Amino acid sequence: MSTFVYMTRCDGCGHCVDICPSDIMHIDKLIRRAVNIEPNFCWECYSCVKACPQNAIDVRGYADFAPMGHKVRVLREEEKGVISWKIKFRNGHMKSFVSPITTKPWGKFIPKLAEKDVPNKDAHDNNRLYGEPTYLKTGKVPVSDTGVPLMAKVGKLKQGVYY
Amino acid sequence: MAKFKTHYEDCDILVVGGGMAGTGATFESRYWGRDMKIICAEKANIDRSGAVAQGLYAINCYMGMQWDENQPEDHVRYARNDLMGMVREDLAYDMARHVDSCVHMFEEWGLPLMRNEKTGQYQREGKWQIMIHGESYKPIVAEAAKKSADKIYNRVMITHLLMDETNDNRIGGATGFNMRTGDHYVFRAKAVICAAGGASHIFKPRSVGEGMGRTWYAPWSNGSAYALPIAVGAKMTQMENRIVLTRFKDGYGPVGAYFLHLKTYTQNANGDNYEKTWYDQTKEMVGEYIDHIPTPTCLRNHAFIQETMAGRGPIYMVTMEAFQDPHLETIGWENFLGMTVGQAVVWASQDIDPKYQNPELTTSEPYVMGSHATCSGAWVSGPEDVSGGIPEYFWGYNRMMTIDGLFAAGDAAGGTAHAFSSGSFTEGRLCAKAAVQYINDGRADGITVTDGQCEKLKEVIYKPLENYTVGRNEITAGTVSPSYILPIQGLQRLQKIMDEYVGGIGTNYMTNEVGLKRGIELLGILEEDLEHVGAEDLHQLMRAWELKHRALVSQCVAEHTIFREETRWPGYYYRGDFLKLDDDNWHCLTVSRRDPKTGKFELEKAPLYHLIDEEVDGEQKA
Ligand SMILES: Cc1cc2nc3c(=O)[nH]c(=O)nc-3n(C[C@H](O)[C@H](O)[C@H](O)COP(=O)(O)OP(=O)(O)OC[C@H]3O[C@@H](n4cnc5c(N)ncnc54)[C@H](O)[C@@H]3O)c2cc1C
Ligand code: SF4
Ligand code: SF4
Repeated sequence: MSTFVYMTRCDGCGHCVDICPSDIMHIDKLIRRAVNIEPNFCWECYSCVKACPQNAIDVRGYADFAPMGHKVRVLREEEKGVISWKIKFRNGHMKSFVSPITTKPWGKFIPKLAEKDVPNKDAHDNNRLYGEPTYLKTGKVPVSDTGVPLMAKVGKLKQGVYY
Repeated sequence: MAKFKTHYEDCDILVVGGGMAGTGATFESRYWGRDMKIICAEKANIDRSGAVAQGLYAINCYMGMQWDENQPEDHVRYARNDLMGMVREDLAYDMARHVDSCVHMFEEWGLPLMRNEKTGQYQREGKWQIMIHGESYKPIVAEAAKKSADKIYNRVMITHLLMDETNDNRIGGATGFNMRTGDHYVFRAKAVICAAGGASHIFKPRSVGEGMGRTWYAPWSNGSAYALPIAVGAKMTQMENRIVLTRFKDGYGPVGAYFLHLKTYTQNANGDNYEKTWYDQTKEMVGEYIDHIPTPTCLRNHAFIQETMAGRGPIYMVTMEAFQDPHLETIGWENFLGMTVGQAVVWASQDIDPKYQNPELTTSEPYVMGSHATCSGAWVSGPEDVSGGIPEYFWGYNRMMTIDGLFAAGDAAGGTAHAFSSGSFTEGRLCAKAAVQYINDGRADGITVTDGQCEKLKEVIYKPLENYTVGRNEITAGTVSPSYILPIQGLQRLQKIMDEYVGGIGTNYMTNEVGLKRGIELLGILEEDLEHVGAEDLHQLMRAWELKHRALVSQCVAEHTIFREETRWPGYYYRGDFLKLDDDNWHCLTVSRRDPKTGKFELEKAPLYHLIDEEVDGEQKA
């Protein structure tokens, strides 16, 4: 499929231009609205559809294998933390789905590492990453004195070593 | 070229590409490099960039050490088995021992991980995968990177790495252009983490019309992760190990959850299970590898391809049984909506309701990447505490390439199959810590990158615009010029060469030495012609550089394919002149280096050390 933009809904705000990973949503200079300039480089990722505040972008399945008359619509609500989908088949049959997109208010629980305690020299030299070993939860897996698993050294290298 | 301003930005760490690996690298850099200047340059917008732009419905690499589900050693055994014996076990182990901590952080950040209601543990899709509601996976990890970086440059495409002029094996930064303003950017950096993702569209895709962009790997994955280091002479490994995927037809919707969780299965046009039909023939080619459990991905492809060639296709996924359960039906659909919406569109448009009709499968065109069931990428050093005693695998800093100060993570890193999203993020973090250490050790002192080097590259970067401006005046209108070719025209030539000579869909993945030689010759001519690629505007300038990167990756793939004289991964590609797996001569890794001065590739074998035993019992029950 590929995206297209409804003339009467688009107000040229540019959110879709800003987000499209393929850089194919552009504002047309003449009509001052968005247009997919390269439908054959569209991944139908729906990033632009989800980002459009006017619901102005829709998708029509790729002409070379998708017959007409279908629809897959989406509404992503960040404040509510959900995404809703509506699928309409060519024969008119409908299906809808709702899924969570996050369990927390946006960004609140992502740490600013600049504000964490400064790691000392030992930490720099050992094999721990930020937050380890606490975040690792290694269970019964054998660990070294840093709390990070360490491979048991095999006595000699195994068969299958060829030059 | 004077019309585009040059911005110089001096920094400590530059992360090239803000996908899964790049966001991990940017995030972690701040923890260790507290006062360092950390920059991430991304060709799109990190909120929705890379392979995870539309989301994911599973995290495919999670050990579950806390519940005694898997140990890091098990991951190595699994990845090694799937890749027909070949992975860098030191790197695979190192990723696996850290990956759980990333997943636990994702959950804390708000990523909805599904839980098994009975056990309270994460809901497993298979032995390695856990199920998530991952529509916002990418915006969530992007947020983490934004909180750590001094600056994220969206819409800046990196075209070249910069080298230290006092030491031609040391990195000095990277350069590129902003595709909105057109401005030229020079990042002089002490260390560079290359995390620019894998490559689609180097082989001709199955769909070549409007649906050309509907490839399995994202159409914007253009192989910069490989082209950038190849161009400056970094060593690469296993570049012949391209991947072909069995997926739902046309939409390339994933099959993992279908096989593992919904317990659907495949059958041929007659309703028969065909995989066992090919057992003897496959055993003849690969020996006991066909008896491994689980069956390696390429060998399952092999049966699919042979069955289709025998005239008993199409191959179907039997969904009609599982989809009678409404809960499983919902999972089947949400799986697509969460990561491959296009498959839902294909089914809606063709009135395919898998509850009443078994959908068709297909095998994709090949892709080059390093984080899925394949391990192409840069040849990097392992971590000291694992790889320390092995000179071929260890030369200093974890995940540093053979160029000082240049690191690789995610698809960029070679030998590390089955890292997936979580493992790529982990590798980015590992690079970050090592890069900080490299700088703290004084290894980056005294780097010199003169304005002269940058000015010279500036001319190269904008040349496609110049080519177009000059050539366009010669003709009345249209797309046909005697003086330039357009990026799409060059791309189609590249794909045709790769398809016909290097083992694409057109030959059912078959190639041989004579064909490869011709392919390499034609790729050389294409390289000359790409000096004349013409870009009409900044968007096409990006396409021109994507193409140049793809073309360089393709050369490397072809050179590796001709070097390995065996068919290691039937179902990914076949060497018609060496149709068998050959453990006596080729149980080794392949390593290449392109001389930046001459453009010639040199190939060598590198030892494959098995650091982890086969487990006696219970290994890899899928
Ligand atoms: C359809 C599909 C389904 C998948 N399913 C799963 C799954 O269920 N579970 C799972 O764990 N994994 C899954 N994966 C795999 C996962 O997405 C990858 O393993 C992972 O994204 C690789 O990370 P990366 O950082 O190497 O590449 P990416 O995430 O692709 O990031 C590369 C980044 O580099 C940028 N870039 C590229 N070139 C340049 C340049 N020249 N200059 C600047 N920036 C550049 C890109 O824009 C991008 O942001 C799936 C992938 C696909 C395509
Ligand atoms: S986001 Fe919607 S309204 Fe804004 S320019 Fe794009 S299509 Fe138009
Ligand atoms: S669906 Fe994705 S690739 Fe297509 S125009 Fe929208 S954002 Fe771009």
